Order: sequence, then C-alpha cells, then structure tokens
Amino acid sequence: MIKAILIFNNHGKPRLSKFYEHYTEDTEQQIIRETFHLVSKRDENVCNFLEGGILIGGSDNKLIYRHYATLYFVFCVDSSESELGILDLIQVFVETLDKCFENVCELDLIFHVDKVHYILGEMVMGGMVLETNMNEIITQVDAQNKLEKSETFIFQSPRQDR
Amino acid sequence: MEAVNLLSSNKYTEKQIGYLFISVLVNSNSELIRLINNAIKNDLSSRNPTFMCLALHCIANVGSREMAEAFAGEIPRILVAGDTMDSVKQSAALCLLRLYKTCPDLVLMGEWTSRVVHLLNDQHMGVVTAAISLITCLSQKNPDEFKTCVSLAVSRLSRIVSSASTDLQDYTYYFVPAPWLSCKLLRLLQCYPPPEDGAVKGRLVECLETILNKAQEPPKSKKVQHSNAKNAILFEAIALIIHYDSEPNLLVRACNQLGQFLQHRETNLRYLALESMCTLASSEFSHEAVKTHIETVINALKTERDVSVRQRAADLLYAMCDRSNAKQIVAEMLSYLETADYSIREEMVLKVAILAEKYAVDYSWYVDTILNLIRIAGDYVSEEVWYRVIQIVINRDDVQGYAAKTVFEALQAPACHENMVKVGGYILGEFGNLIAGDPRSSPLVQFNLLHSKFHLCSVPTRALLLSAYIKFINLFPETKSTIQEVLRCDSQIRNSDVELQQRAVEYLKLSSIASTDVLATVLEEMPPFPERESSILAKLKKKKGPGAVSVNELEDAKREGGELNGGGERGGDTSAMAASNASTPSPSADLLGLRPGPAAVSVAPPSAGSLLVDVFSEGPAAPSTAVNDDGFLSSAPPPPAAVSEDPAPPLPEAEELLNKFVCKNNGVLFENQLLQIGIKSEYRQNLGRMYLFYGNKTSVQFVSFTTTVTCSVELQSQLNVQVKTVEPLVEGGAQVQQVVNIECLTDFIDAPLLNIKFRYGGALQNLTLKLPVTINKFFQPTEMLSQEFFQRWKQLSQPQQEAQKIFKAVHGIDAEVVKAKLLGLGTALLENVDPNPENYVCAGVIQTKAQQVGCLLRLEPNAQAQVSLNSVNVHVHTDTYTCTSAHTIHNSGLKIVRFLDSLVR
Repeated sequence: MIKAILIFNNHGKPRLSKFYEHYTEDTEQQIIRETFHLVSKRDENVCNFLEGGILIGGSDNKLIYRHYATLYFVFCVDSSESELGILDLIQVFVETLDKCFENVCELDLIFHVDKVHYILGEMVMGGMVLETNMNEIITQVDAQNKLEKSETFIFQSPRQDR
Repeated sequence: MEAVNLLSSNKYTEKQIGYLFISVLVNSNSELIRLINNAIKNDLSSRNPTFMCLALHCIANVGSREMAEAFAGEIPRILVAGDTMDSVKQSAALCLLRLYKTCPDLVLMGEWTSRVVHLLNDQHMGVVTAAISLITCLSQKNPDEFKTCVSLAVSRLSRIVSSASTDLQDYTYYFVPAPWLSCKLLRLLQCYPPPEDGAVKGRLVECLETILNKAQEPPKSKKVQHSNAKNAILFEAIALIIHYDSEPNLLVRACNQLGQFLQHRETNLRYLALESMCTLASSEFSHEAVKTHIETVINALKTERDVSVRQRAADLLYAMCDRSNAKQIVAEMLSYLETADYSIREEMVLKVAILAEKYAVDYSWYVDTILNLIRIAGDYVSEEVWYRVIQIVINRDDVQGYAAKTVFEALQAPACHENMVKVGGYILGEFGNLIAGDPRSSPLVQFNLLHSKFHLCSVPTRALLLSAYIKFINLFPETKSTIQEVLRCDSQIRNSDVELQQRAVEYLKLSSIASTDVLATVLEEMPPFPERESSILAKLKKKKGPGAVSVNELEDAKREGGELNGGGERGGDTSAMAASNASTPSPSADLLGLRPGPAAVSVAPPSAGSLLVDVFSEGPAAPSTAVNDDGFLSSAPPPPAAVSEDPAPPLPEAEELLNKFVCKNNGVLFENQLLQIGIKSEYRQNLGRMYLFYGNKTSVQFVSFTTTVTCSVELQSQLNVQVKTVEPLVEGGAQVQQVVNIECLTDFIDAPLLNIKFRYGGALQNLTLKLPVTINKFFQPTEMLSQEFFQRWKQLSQPQQEAQKIFKAVHGIDAEVVKAKLLGLGTALLENVDPNPENYVCAGVIQTKAQQVGCLLRLEPNAQAQVSLNSVNVHVHTDTYTCTSAHTIHNSGLKIVRFLDSLVR
C-alpha cells in the first residue's frame, strides 16, 4: 500500500502532499521535512530507494523517489509494493501531468493543485493503485474537464450555449 | 457546511470541489459526517457514473468507521452488479478495500466472494488492476475462501506474458505488456503455496520461464522505463520462485540472473538484486549458488557509493554466511566496519557478533572477533554484545584462559574503549588466575592495568571494576593490600556516587573481615549461565524490520545459535523472547553477583576493631612532630637536594615516616613535588613482602632511576632483604612498582635504608628513607586467658625480660584509638584479662627464623595522675620458647615499648 505521496521542490517547499493514513497536521509537516532531508542529500546516480524515516513507519516502509528538474516525487510505500513498479508509477504520473498540462512545470502544480489532486485521484485511491493506463487516466481527466467547461459556460455565458 | 452544501449541488464542478474539500480537510467530525454520508448516499444511488465515482473516492479517502457502517453493505453490490460502469467498478473495488482495512468486521464478503474473484477475468484491465489489490488483501486474511483465485491469476498472467507487446494496446508500457498488473498477479500468487493442479502449475512454470527468458532478450527500447518495467516483473517472478522454493532449476536461474544484476550499472538493479538474493540465500537449493557471488558482494560492500546499497550488501553477506565462509565474511565485515556509515554501524556490530557466535568453530576465534569488534567500533557495541561474550566465556572452559590472555593484551593498548574495560574487568576478575603464571601478567600487573583505566571510566564501569578487584583479592591474596588501599582511598570510599561508595565500603569490609574460606565462597567463580537465546539476536530483530532479512531467517539463525550452545529456549513468539531477555540479570547492576548483602555486613561488628586500625591509624600518628629518640633531627644534614652520587643520609623525617607504619602495612611513605612513594606490605610468620610504588608526579620522565635498600652491618645478620631492580626510566605520570622480600632472621632494631636516586630535568635527586620494617610486623597474635596471662607475666619478672616506659599521652587517651593501635601492632588484645578495666593487655609471639619470642604487654593509662598530662605506663614482658640471650629479648621488648611510645603520642 502507498502510505503517502509527496512532491516538493529542491528547496523542500511542499507542492503536493497526500497521506493515505491519518496523521496529525504537525506530524505531516514533520514527515515532509524529514523526507526532504533524507532524499535531498542523496547523490544523483545512487539508487532510488531508501528506507523510510522514523516518523513514517521506519524500516518497514520504503521511500521511492524520482527527481525531475526542480521537483522530487516521493512515494512512501510498504513492503507489499514492487519497488520498480512504483518507480514506473511515478513515471506514469509525471507523464500524465505532462500531457494534461502540456509541458508540466512547478508552476502548474502551484496554480492547479486541484487538478493535480484529480489526476492523482484517478491513479491512486485510498493508497491503492486504481489505474495505470495513461490513456485511461487522461480520458477520465478530459471528461472531467469537459464537464467542468460545459458547466462553466452555462454558468458564465449562457449565450455561447447556442 | 458550505462544502456539504456543495455536495448536494447538481453541478459537477461544485460537487467536485465539495468532495475535494472533504477528502483533504475533513477527518471525522461526527456532526458533518452524517450530512456528508447523506450526500454520498444520494450520489451512489444517482446512477450517474461520474457522481458515483466522486462519492466512492470520498469514501476511500476519508475511510472512517462511520462511513464503513453506512456503506459496507452498499459497495459490494455496486462492485458486482452487472450494469455498473467499469470506472465505477474500479473505484468500488478499492473503496471496499479501504473499508475492509479500516473495519474488517463490517465488511462481510460471504456471498460476494466468488464474484469478486471472477473480476480477475474482467475484460477491462483497469478493473482487474483495482480488483487484484482487493483480492490480494482479502486472500491474505482468509486464504481458503479465495483459493480459486490462483488458477484465475495464473491464466491471466500467462495471457499477459505470452501476449505480443502490442496486444494490450493501452496497457503496454514502453513495450512491456501490463507490467503493473503482472507484478500484482505475481504478488497475489505469493500468498499461496505452489498450485497443486499439475496443469496450472505447468502453466505457471512456463510463465516464469518466459519471464526469465525475456530478461535475456535484447531490450526493445533504450529507455530506462522499458528496462524498469521489464525488471519489475522479473524481480516479482524471482520473488515468487523463491517463495515456492521447490524448483531447483528455476532457483538457480534466478540466482544467475541476480548475479548478473549485481554488476549492472544501474544502481537500482544492484540494490534490488542484493535484496532478492538475501531471501534467495535462505533456500537450500540456491544457497550454494548464492555463495559463488561472495566476491562481488564483498566488492559491493567496499566500493559502492550508495549507503542503501552497501547496507543491502552487508545484509546479504549476513544471509549467505555459513560455516565454510564465516571467517572470511566476518573479517570483511569487520574491516568494513571501520569505514561504515554511522547509521548502520550498530546493526553491523550486532550482525558480526551473531555470525561470530553462530559459526564459531573454535571459540578463541570468537573471542578474538568480538574483542576486535569492540576495538574497532566500541561505541556501537551495545550492552548485549559484551554480555554475550562473557556468557560464552563463562560457559566454556576451553576458552577461558585464552580469553583472559587476549583481553589482557587488548587492555594494554594505550586507548581502549570502555566496553573493552568492562569485558576485561569481568574476565580478568573471573579468570585472571589462568594467566597469572606468566610474570608479564602477574596478578599485580593485571590489577594495575585494570586500575590504570579506572579513572577514565563511567560510573557503571567503575562499579564493575570494583567488583573485579574484590574478585582479585580472592584469586590472588597477594594483591589484597594493594586493592584494599585502592578501595580505601577517599575517591572510592567517599565517592559521591552511592553505588560506588557502597561497593567500596562493602568490599573493603568484606576483604578485611571475612576469612579466606568465606571470601572464597562469596567470591567463587561465576556458575555457568543458563543457556538462553542470544540477547543480541533479539536486539537485532527489534531493530530490523522485515526489510532486509526475513523473520524466518532470523528464526533460523536463532535456532542454530541455540543448538550450538547445547540447545536453549526456543521462545518462538516475541513475548517469550522479551521475557527471556528480561530475566537476564542486569550486569551493570550486579554483574558479578556478589554485591555483599546483609550477610557480609553482619559479619562486620564483632571484629570492627581490626577495621578501625586501618581507619584510624593515619589520624593520630601522622600529624605528630615529636622529637625522635635517635636524635636525627638535631644532627640532620641538609635535605636531599645534595648533588652527590653517594646515597644521601636519611631524611630528617625518615624516622617519623617510619613510625607511621608501625601499626599499618599500607599507605604513602613519602611524598614531595616530584615523587610519591606508596607502600603495600604483608607479613606472614617471619617473612614479609613489600610493594613499593614510585609515582612520578611530574609530566617529565625520570631517568637513571635507581633504588637501593641497604642494611647496616648489624642489621644484615638480622634481616634478609631482597629487592628486585626497577626500570631506570619512569615516564611522566607513571608509576613503577618494586617488590621487596624480607626475611626476619632474628630480632632487630634498625630499619633498612631505602635510597632513591634519579635525574629529573638533569638535576640529580637523591633521597634516603627508612623502610618501614619493624620487629612488630612479625608478631603473631596469641589468645590466652586471664589466669594463664598472669602466670606467665609473673614468670617473666627478671630485669632482662622486662621493659617499662612511662610517657605522656599527647593526644589524650581514646580507648578506641588505643585498641586500634594495639591491634595494628600485631598482638592479640585480650579482653577481660586485667582486673582493672582501664588497662590494656596484649599477647603475641614474634616470629623470627632463629626463634620465637613470646611477648606480653600491658598498657596502663593513668588519666587521673595529672589532668593535663595523661600518662601511660607500659610493661612489656617477653619470654622465649627457644633458648636465647637475655639481651635480644630485652631489646625486642624495648623496641616495642619504644614504638608504643611513638604510637600513643
């Protein structure tokens, strides 16, 4: 099971955090800090796995992360997940974001945090993977966008509806 | 509240925002939850797939108990209903999983089971992906009900594996068909034993072989994602092979594959290969195959840049270790330890300790290893490790001598870790006698070595060392006085730490009161420890998650460890283990198990006098500045600065210093800015041994340090003194020791002279002291009754046999002090002998080689005579058992009277 998904930038500023287990807000903040601390000091070409910090399950859990330009994508998972599989999942997630935002960058995550949540929701639900097919995810997200747009149009300018 | 209102909106955007808000911000606010539940219920029954999905998402993300209660019945129906959209099914499956995880009691599968299992056959891969997570979780909890999923999973897997890379369209990820689903299927299969149905099994083996074959094919893409996905499946397949552990052929192939990965340039793969190999090593079929990679793994341990990978390598070495390669592996791990990352050192230490114990063929190797371990990484050696080495040494006779020798050698290192001191203290305390035969490790050398570390240690270690000292007293009676001296000094007996003080006081008393037999019983060698599970193992287990070494592995190790030590407890569950741990006596509290309790203390009162001798002797005697009989003071030559190569004349205070030692055997004889001379001595019959300790108080070394003991011509015929030479170099702050053996031939008056010469910063230092050897040292106390005493007293009435002296009691007459002095003199203090209770009556026999001189003594304090000048009237009657001249008898008597004079002053 995926315990948490964290995205933060090179300076440790959290851009997205999603916890699938309940922690208090303080603990969540600490987990983010701790994870950043663990991940950021690692060299570029070392492996993408490391044992989790103390707060989030200790050595039972693994942190699996990828570093894209300015952002770290960290998945904290327990031993029931395949490490390489999760690595692929991160890739799928990023590629999906890339397709949805057309060349995703850190700013997209800041200004469209709701969308990122929706996309993530299409992939992971309650700590389990819902869908790994990128096209399927994008279809779902597009459908949402369409719905959203149609409603917005109705809402804003009914004339265009004609 | 606004958010809840949004939920009931009909507009998608509003609903979506509402749900997002709730899943991000709401936990279980009971008032809102009811309203939210209502809204969700409406959406679930709305038949609008988008709304249903939103509702299911919300349930899955909040996953509270209230929600479980409200929807546990509803969701399975949605999941298996024929007309549900695929996307809703997916959400429903995971939603159900979430609820099942929160409250398994509320989610009753029963009737849905078979239909859920058949979701594995669903056309839509997304549904299968979601369902498989649910099924995996459920079948872990109740494997029997979900048994049917095995054959379905196998057929699904074989369809994916054998499909061309283009067949699965969207689910092909970088030319690998449905990697995620394949992994999940392989995981699911790991919940079950190998399928019994031959056909299913054949199909599965075929799949696994195909996966292994594919790994050898050239990659279809240069992209890292391609190989990642491919290898993800491969690793899961290998995990399954290892799980089945029944196909030697596949196991060996898996092992070879991992071997290739060990040298792969992708760090991730090396990491995973090491991790998988760890589990592979525990299989009997592949253990040998894994061992062939030992060099690569060791290399990884040494050269890998990533600490995560190095740690895996260490784990693997631990797992692949067996009797044949234990020495190599332990040596490698030890050498790695010197450079290991701080974060994993403690774990490494534990592992080395366990391996060393588990595969020790000869225990000297084990002892060597652990001592090395402490030397290299002392800080990371937990209590358990050194407890364990001591347990093993105590339980195994064959290694005790070796352990004592090794630990003795290890302690000689200028800086050694406190843990080493602990082990050293304990082992020498128990088995120091085994190496005492060697003059290089004679009892005193051992003691001094330990004691030299004493001041550097923490309180628990000091306490342990004190216990070791008292054990020394039992093992080597000759060290008794030295050790008592140590125990007696202020820093011990008045230590601010209660534990240390108590130990010092109790041990001191124990050693001075208890007879040799009692001492031997109290301080007997520790009995063998009951066999128990290695505490180290429990510690490692506590420290490690299942990450690196599986629990089974540890259980195995434990079992083997137990057998090795003759079978011990096999506490299977953790609680039993914890209990056995708790029963381990806490060595820091009472390692030697001889904390003298009430027994020892109760011995004390009857003969408290003997103790008081030591306690008080320094008091009254020391500060006296009385004039010496010999008149040394008046004719004293200039003090020792005289730059002469000839022995300087005795210091003016030499006689006084000598008198300090009439009633005691140990203490500081002399001290100035440069040098301190301590004395410890013991006498038996007409023989005595004296240890002189020359302490260099400066930071500069003394050169040409020589000491000579000379006797006057007259004394030479009376006293036989043999001195061992000392090293000519005394380092700054160091202490050298000299042994003086003394034999009393006949009675004597003069004391031998001790001349010390050395150069300090070029200047010759020359000083002469009197060696505190007095006739009364050879006293043997004699008990007699009143009648007998006075009968003898009267017989010895000739003038040559009697000496009398009247002197002033300078310090007043304190009964306790006087008693202590008289006992210190060496005679027996006879109670209820003299009709006048004020008087003190003593009897003793002076033992010389030529003769034994009986001696009766009566001290008559006269407090009334003058108020200010208390006087003491001493009669000494001497007799002889053998024939001797009156003169000598007389002299002996006089001599003693003279001493008394100086004592009571």
